Amino acid sequence: MKILTGNDLKTGDVIWWAGDTRWSRHLADTVDAGTDAAAILAREEAARRVNVPYIVDGKLTDRGPMPLHIKERVRAFGPTVRPDLAINTSIPILKA
Amino acid sequence: MYQYDKYDQAMVDARVAEFRDQVRRRLDGSLSEDEFKHLRLKNGLYLQLHAYMLRVAIPYGTLSSRQMHMLAHIARTYDKGYGHFTTRQNIQYNWINLEQTPDILAELATVEMHAIQTSGNCIRNISSDHFAGAAADEIADPRPWAELLRQWSTFHPEFQLLPRKFKIAVIASATDRAAMRLHDIGIELVKNANGVLGAKFFVGGGMGRTPMIAPCIREFVPAEELISYAEACLRVYNRYGRRDNKYKARIKILVHEIGAEEYTRQVEEEFAHMKTLGLNPPVAELARISGYFADPGFEQGLSDEIDRSDPDFAVWVDQNTHPHKTPGYASVTISLKPTGGIPGDATADQIDLMADLAERFAFDELRVTHTQNIVLAHVRKADLYAIWQQLDAAGLATANLDLISDMIACPGLDYCSLANARSIPVAQKISQRFADTGRQRDLGELKLKISGCINACGHHHAGHIGILGVDKKGVENFQLLLGGSAAEDVSIAKIVGPGFDEDGVVNAVETVTNVYLDARQDGERFVDTYRRIGMEPFKEALYG
Repeated sequence: MKILTGNDLKTGDVIWWAGDTRWSRHLADTVDAGTDAAAILAREEAARRVNVPYIVDGKLTDRGPMPLHIKERVRAFGPTVRPDLAINTSIPILKA
Repeated sequence: MYQYDKYDQAMVDARVAEFRDQVRRRLDGSLSEDEFKHLRLKNGLYLQLHAYMLRVAIPYGTLSSRQMHMLAHIARTYDKGYGHFTTRQNIQYNWINLEQTPDILAELATVEMHAIQTSGNCIRNISSDHFAGAAADEIADPRPWAELLRQWSTFHPEFQLLPRKFKIAVIASATDRAAMRLHDIGIELVKNANGVLGAKFFVGGGMGRTPMIAPCIREFVPAEELISYAEACLRVYNRYGRRDNKYKARIKILVHEIGAEEYTRQVEEEFAHMKTLGLNPPVAELARISGYFADPGFEQGLSDEIDRSDPDFAVWVDQNTHPHKTPGYASVTISLKPTGGIPGDATADQIDLMADLAERFAFDELRVTHTQNIVLAHVRKADLYAIWQQLDAAGLATANLDLISDMIACPGLDYCSLANARSIPVAQKISQRFADTGRQRDLGELKLKISGCINACGHHHAGHIGILGVDKKGVENFQLLLGGSAAEDVSIAKIVGPGFDEDGVVNAVETVTNVYLDARQDGERFVDTYRRIGMEPFKEALYG
């Protein structure tokens, strides 16, 4: 699956595309952007609903949508050394 | 400590107003991210893995209690209650809101602080010896010269768009506590045969993906010509440094490619020209700056005796205090490396406490070290126990200075968008593995440094033991390096062999320390034994 992500312009928060014009801090809300990923990304950036957006590869797991690369899983989780500040605590960091 | 004059303050205030307008225009869409990015970076604002990160400059790592309290206030009010002290003697906040950044900078300006030139291809924060003005072994105080360099380099119109970032360190003793020769320019203050103060220039050092030790290009530059000589060094770099490839753009590559001899020839030619322009700072300005760094009125005739009846305190005194030039005084290093903690992190309450202690016991002054600790440079030995008790109650009395758990670690993949692997969890596991202070002290001085990527913010090339995190097909992997040093015995560490996973590298560290314990001779540190016996015994123990 193709996952769209970026940051909130004001807060810098990591956000995930959740369909239509919606963006969420929760990875579980993200949906597959499929073959329209690039077009959606351009539209959302132009509308300033997301800052510095990009596409990441992911897969649907029994824990929900999951980025394949560890860097994106850490982005989704929060700093693993500060679980008190984590956003999506159910994400397995080491394995997608 | 240096205090802003009306020009300093006006410049910083104007910069806050300018950035406030730039942020407003970014938020209303007038500026694109591409247009805004270099503007925010010039004000120390990065977009990192989880949020905006603000890096605040602490010139040569020196700050007052009032400034330290402000850092705590920023952490508490605008961030998540903590800050991270860095290897450039600065502080970083990891959870900054763009809208609030102008307000943060305005608050910092009220205590003569800013975030200018903490990023971008310009001259970054000047770093120096954290014991400057206190150490018994220095020949002069390097801070006035670091301050002079700060004033010269801040907003220098010719050096705002260098080929790449540029780092300068100044020291004034034969003992290098600032990794001086691993800087773009390293300056060692020296005296010539006539006792005249001058500067020895080392140019072209650095870590990153191509670690190099700076060669000496000039044994003696008269101190009053130090700025002109630095300007000549920068001009040659600015003219010929590569701009086609960012990985080959640092001055170390230029010096390496054309050779130190040819680079020096060009610098000397430029320097001869500079001398005709009258760019040396006026004597009165040098005197004005130096006046801010006068000794703070030390009491005379104090006793050097310390009541060591509390054994934990005695260990801390042995490990975390440093000889002071004045009898009855010591310099205290507050370790920000508690067992299992995050190297360099401090909570707002801890920052406030350290500020309070400085105000009460240390002439209102603190230093940030490049090894991510805090120093109270001038403390009466009679006050050490009271200080230790308060530090201990706040979790700040770890007695591990220069021991294996006193690690440098970059933020790594837990915070940094450039990182390939998490360095902090490795640091935490090593710290826990070697938690016993007696065991650490038996190992003796052991500089362990961890980076989460090849950019080497964690100085892994300069570790007696270095660890480099890499991405191996999407999985974190850690290479082990041995034999580096950032001190006066500077050397670049070498990779031992194939990498390890997170737990594997912790085991590997223990293995190499065991090799050292078996092989060491009297008085040898880990790195001394490594240099004597070579890599093979360590490799054999690790890989069989």
